[in-house]
Amino acid sequence: MPRIRRELCNKEICACSIFGAMNRDAERFTGAGVMKAIANMHVRGNGLGGGFAAYGIYPEYKDYYAFHLMFTGHSIADRISAKKELEAFLALKFDVVYDEEIPHGDEATVSDPPLVWRYFVLPKKQGEESLLSDGDYIVGKIMWVNTRIENAYVFSSGKNMGCFKGMGYPEEIGEYFMLDKLYRAYTWTVHGRFPTNTQAWWGGAHPFSLLDTTIVHNGEVSSYGTNRWYLEMYGYACTLQTDTEVIAYAADLLMRRQKLPIEIVAKILAPPIWDAIDRMNEKEKKLFTTLRMVYAPLLMNGPFAIIIGQTGRMIGLTDRIRLRPITAATRGEMFYLSSEEASIRLISPELDRVWTPNGGEPVIGELNSMRKV
Amino acid sequence: MKSFVFPEFQITRDEEKCGQCRGCERQCSFGTHTYDPVADRLISDEYKCAGCQRCVIFCPKNAIVVRPTPSFYRPNASWSREKLDDLKKQAETGGVILTGCGCDKPFRIYWDHIVLNAAQVTNPSIDPLREPMELRTFLGAKPDLMDISVKEGDVEIKTKLSPNLMVQTPILFSAMSYGAISYNAFRSLATAACKSGTYFNTGEGGLPREMREEFGRCAIVQVASGRFGIDAEYLNCAQAVEIKVGQGAKPGIGGHLPGEKVSLAVAETRMIPAGTDAISPAPHHDIYSIEDLSMLIYALKEATNYEKPISVKIAAVHNFAAIASGIVRAGADIIAIDGLRGGTGAAPKVIRDNVGIPTELAISSLDRSLRSEGIRNRCSIIAAGGIRCSSDVIKAIALGADAVYIGSAALIAMGCTLCQKCYTGKCNWGICTQDPRLSGRLNVEIASERLSNLISAWSHEISEMLGGMGINALESLRGNRDHLRGVGLYEWELDVLGIKGAGE
Repeated sequence: MPRIRRELCNKEICACSIFGAMNRDAERFTGAGVMKAIANMHVRGNGLGGGFAAYGIYPEYKDYYAFHLMFTGHSIADRISAKKELEAFLALKFDVVYDEEIPHGDEATVSDPPLVWRYFVLPKKQGEESLLSDGDYIVGKIMWVNTRIENAYVFSSGKNMGCFKGMGYPEEIGEYFMLDKLYRAYTWTVHGRFPTNTQAWWGGAHPFSLLDTTIVHNGEVSSYGTNRWYLEMYGYACTLQTDTEVIAYAADLLMRRQKLPIEIVAKILAPPIWDAIDRMNEKEKKLFTTLRMVYAPLLMNGPFAIIIGQTGRMIGLTDRIRLRPITAATRGEMFYLSSEEASIRLISPELDRVWTPNGGEPVIGELNSMRKV
Repeated sequence: MKSFVFPEFQITRDEEKCGQCRGCERQCSFGTHTYDPVADRLISDEYKCAGCQRCVIFCPKNAIVVRPTPSFYRPNASWSREKLDDLKKQAETGGVILTGCGCDKPFRIYWDHIVLNAAQVTNPSIDPLREPMELRTFLGAKPDLMDISVKEGDVEIKTKLSPNLMVQTPILFSAMSYGAISYNAFRSLATAACKSGTYFNTGEGGLPREMREEFGRCAIVQVASGRFGIDAEYLNCAQAVEIKVGQGAKPGIGGHLPGEKVSLAVAETRMIPAGTDAISPAPHHDIYSIEDLSMLIYALKEATNYEKPISVKIAAVHNFAAIASGIVRAGADIIAIDGLRGGTGAAPKVIRDNVGIPTELAISSLDRSLRSEGIRNRCSIIAAGGIRCSSDVIKAIALGADAVYIGSAALIAMGCTLCQKCYTGKCNWGICTQDPRLSGRLNVEIASERLSNLISAWSHEISEMLGGMGINALESLRGNRDHLRGVGLYEWELDVLGIKGAGE
């Protein structure tokens, strides 16, 4: 019998800056503002990772899943061979309507960029797989690519949205992908990274995403090992060597597959403490006791502040004892989330409301009307 | 026949200090000390000494020292003194050598080769004196998915949940039956469990009727192969029912409570005639395969109206993980695994010291096997056998256990010194005896206080270690092997434990 190998996956540890901006009227705007805001938190990163998630950027392909692929490897040949292998797989499992290299600026401004490509696809389900929902089918295929095809990583896979990320300061990544010129989105989330581990790589930058859910995260998940085994039982393979991945998969499991509302999901990821639960009325007590009992392995422990992006929604959440606070603000139809208030003030000096949510309390911004998306 | 085995212990009495109070004579149930009125001094027969240290601790003048005898056979790496002594005893008696307590052989103790993590810089450590630190644990099956309906902000849970046990700290008292241990010891465990927000396990000897109302709320009742003391009230007064298939100290072996220990009260509780031997067969005579076990599990669920989790306790043996996964599929809500070092009141020494695998390896492989089959949430794991301190508990949980059972540790808290003479029924500490003169030595109030102190001390220590790792809820450590590293272990051992080596 083959010996089961040790669980040698590494998780990286990092501190970070996060920022999010959303127009609740679905007016789309370029990435210039968020690039300026995140640059203001420059010292919270160390140039080893930055990334963006943008919603509403592919209106002309809004019915297709937009796969962003990263082909890494030391040589050009490695990258080309990964791409060939990936395309053979895509041809088998998907209908690809359009594909192109993601446009970018001068390669000299960032270090060691991989080949980054996008594919607009529809699932081509065959046999037993036709019983699966699109989401389950795609998630399964992404997990397959990320674990089986060497040097190929799907890092974005939603409809009418996309992630852009890499090694460098976030403002450099923004310039590299020309986010201030080429794309207009109604929600932008951004991340500047400070990994303590120097072996940073392009795939390890935030945001982490699965279908249209993206996560940018500041903090360290000390419950990573527990979260990971639970998610693995549901078919999620943690391959990106970072703890943020588990939050993205947990959000996918709870929100997409189990269809739980975000208010409940927040209480699973950052539940109230038992002392508080014991003081609740019978009905709430039963609900929260059950949630903690059933979803104990999905409690995210350790300090974190996250911004979850989804189609039509942006959500901020901190750990339950608020070891990493987040600032929320509104101005007209604009809704902001940021590690620091100064960054919000930089791009919107006047604000209607600014507040620091309590630990474990989600702040949810939703589009006023989904039709505009 | 003259015995060729020399005494295990040497007793020295400081005649200057000794006041001839004869306390040692009264304390020793083995008759080691006798008073010589002519010489006005106490004489010790070292052949009778069990090394339990009762006389040493209770000597008002601190005049007695009991130490391992300096006598020796010619040293021989192969023929150790224990081997020679055992062989001689068998040559003299022709019998099986009995013993008590858990395996004392130098098999590797993995707890001592695993180190814990702590948070530095990127993740603040948490001070449990300032911040909440949560050890509350639920034992039982959890659903794969939860169906929730939300109507105008009103959340309703539609999934029917299995019953779970709630413990305030992940430490439960392991199965020790009334009959094997004294009434006072049994009652002390029950009292402490209720006080500490945890559970005691009745073992297979029933639950005395007068205790059911008061202590049922913190009892796990056991159904073992002897089926002693079982009626509908017994099953329903408790919070969970455990089917005992095996015991770490004696996998594959049944139990035998000699008639001398079956007093009137024990007989009534066990529902057998007084003075008769209480024999638990090696197998359950109605379980010869997994589907038979499933029938018993569901019979007990029927008998308790599906309101109580059903636990199945098995000994950790070579292929137990696959068996355990079958047991989960057969309907068990909790799997209790008892490892190589699990204790006993009486077992053949050859079995105790040679059968089974260490708990640490067992926890990890069971957790992994249930995870790989995607059914880890369908049961809880309670690990037993050789848990000695709070760090053993926390390591067990990081290896994948939901909670632990402590047996020997609880007895030690009450006074036990692991002299391994439990099977004689002469326990000087009043724990493992039915002799009213001896069991009266154990004061329920004091013993239960010692037990709840132990639970409280370990819980505090667990909180400190958790906070140090930057975790404020125990559930975030469960199966979280990232927080463990091995020191001085072979590659295969690290593989089985699923942990990295230190520095990796």
